[in-house]
Amino acid sequence: MKRLKNFLFLLAAVPVLALAAEAGPPLDKAPVNLADQESLQRGARIFVNYCLNCHSAASMRYSRMEDLGLTEEQIKENLMFAADKPGETMTVGMGKKDAKAWLGAAPPDLSVVARSRSPDWLYTYLRSFYRDDSRPTGWNNVVFDKVGMPHVLWSLQGEMVPVMKKEGEHEVVDHLELAKPGSVTLAEYDAMVGDLVNYLTWMGEPAQLERKKLGLFVLAFLAFFFVVAYYLKKEFWKDIH
Amino acid sequence: MSALQKMMGWIDDRFPLTATYKAHLSEYYAPKNFNFWYFFGSLALLVLVMQIVTGIFLTMNYKPDSELAFASVEYIMRDVDWGWLIRYMHSTGASMFFVVVYLHMFRGLMYGSYRKPRELIWIFGVLIYLALMAEAFLGYLLPWGQMSFWGAQVIVNLFAAVPFIGDDLSIWIRGDYVISDATLNRFFAFHVIALPLVLIALVAVHLVALHEVGSNNPDGIEIKKKKDPVTHIPLDGIPFHPYYTVKDIVGVIVFLMVFSAIVFFGPEMGGYFLEANNFIPADPLKTPPHIAPLWYFTPFYAILRAVPPMFGSQFPGVVAMGMSIVLMFFLPWLDRGKVKSIRYRGPIYKIMLALFIVSFVGLGYLGLLPSTPVATMFAQGFSVIYFLFFLLMPWYTSIDKTKPEPERVTG
Repeated sequence: MKRLKNFLFLLAAVPVLALAAEAGPPLDKAPVNLADQESLQRGARIFVNYCLNCHSAASMRYSRMEDLGLTEEQIKENLMFAADKPGETMTVGMGKKDAKAWLGAAPPDLSVVARSRSPDWLYTYLRSFYRDDSRPTGWNNVVFDKVGMPHVLWSLQGEMVPVMKKEGEHEVVDHLELAKPGSVTLAEYDAMVGDLVNYLTWMGEPAQLERKKLGLFVLAFLAFFFVVAYYLKKEFWKDIH
Repeated sequence: MSALQKMMGWIDDRFPLTATYKAHLSEYYAPKNFNFWYFFGSLALLVLVMQIVTGIFLTMNYKPDSELAFASVEYIMRDVDWGWLIRYMHSTGASMFFVVVYLHMFRGLMYGSYRKPRELIWIFGVLIYLALMAEAFLGYLLPWGQMSFWGAQVIVNLFAAVPFIGDDLSIWIRGDYVISDATLNRFFAFHVIALPLVLIALVAVHLVALHEVGSNNPDGIEIKKKKDPVTHIPLDGIPFHPYYTVKDIVGVIVFLMVFSAIVFFGPEMGGYFLEANNFIPADPLKTPPHIAPLWYFTPFYAILRAVPPMFGSQFPGVVAMGMSIVLMFFLPWLDRGKVKSIRYRGPIYKIMLALFIVSFVGLGYLGLLPSTPVATMFAQGFSVIYFLFFLLMPWYTSIDKTKPEPERVTG
């Protein structure tokens, strides 16, 4: 019994281990709402205008954006700059070798980026660029130190500068402050990034809206089937004692 | 005679259709006191069928080529009609297979289902478990994500720890010096044909052996000892069909509700069924900071890591991990208890089983975490308990104070 008690005592310490495994700066909650078609459309527009020049989304077909309430015409007119047919996937012209030479690393494909990185991470990352003249691009990022990607959305957000604090021996970024305003306010910028992340989340799995809708029907059917099966079982088993 | 009866007669003269149906369904007498824990055998069979059927459809669009594999999975998820459903059923099915198999094995431990005369059923069962682990491991390489690649790298490197032949062995397994297209192709071949054949054959002999000796039950007593003098049917036995077929349908529906809730509302299961890092294409040049196997392997992975390298070799850890599974085969002979079921066992076995389960779950949890000195200490403690459960079994089961078994099955 004593061994059991010691053991249970040790067991109580286990959750502490899980906390130790977490690392990195805290993330802001991304305002993901896949039911908001207008937000998804705005996000798609930001995506094709700003991201799709260097990043591909090679698993994503332009025509799939019809799921966001857009017509084929609208997609062709407003969202297709680098493809001829809506059935094509979102590829980019920049070669991988060139990209590596220019940026240090080829920009990753973004088809499923919301699934490998969480929406919260993306939302925080895109709002955490700051001026850092020691970097080749002139930009650094709080959640992705020494990132190869420059701050593509800087003309919108403006220039952020870090306010440092001492943490032990090291200087770390405490928070960012706006040094040079961009074309929109910080609140508007947050909303734009929110739309973009909303779009990326949808693009990570375009079937997810259909999936959840269908799931309700499947569960309702099974619940009904359960009642039938339960009484069938009861009927058969009434003679077994 | 009706046309149907005539046809059945014609077949029965040439093939034992009616006899087989009777032996395995309508006149297979199962104890009438099966409880909740007895759903998981039929559920495991259901998941096996589901994996095979969804697997066939996945194969129609999947490309076992290191250049195309990752994109072909996304193609299935986006462009193949119902592809997302088939893929999620298969990925959820893999994890749920282990859920039901673990519960099925736990049932065996509780009620002594491995004891004489069911030793071979248990051994076939452990072989199924081993084949299932191999099948899951091979299949996990196929999406060709970062975790697929590096998980396979870590596991195949275990073979490299074998003294003398290790390096050659691991190259022979991979077909290359690193995990590569050659590895992907052979893993695909093993995953879609070799291992499924082995699994189906093992499940068949598992069931044949079961139906030869008859099912155990929560009381752990033999219903065949008390038969009706005229009909020779066990007094506590009821025909599998229709009684357990209708009962298992209820279990199947409840299981499918859980299964569907995962498939339709959370197929990633918080990263336990589909890992976030596996949505990054495999990159041989970029080692992820933390490589964790899927949850169903983590107890053994934790045992592996708990053993420190000796003489500069990881081999002792590999041996410990291997032994943790090999020991299962000996269970029928390690258990010296006078009774089979936990209902009539003494307190020692109950405590040991509880400790074993806590250790197994604890190891599973630790296997998911990055290795730290504290975590390793816990893993070592749990590993010791895991092994002592088996190694001390002949002793503690024989001194345990058991209660008398009933003559007939209880409710």
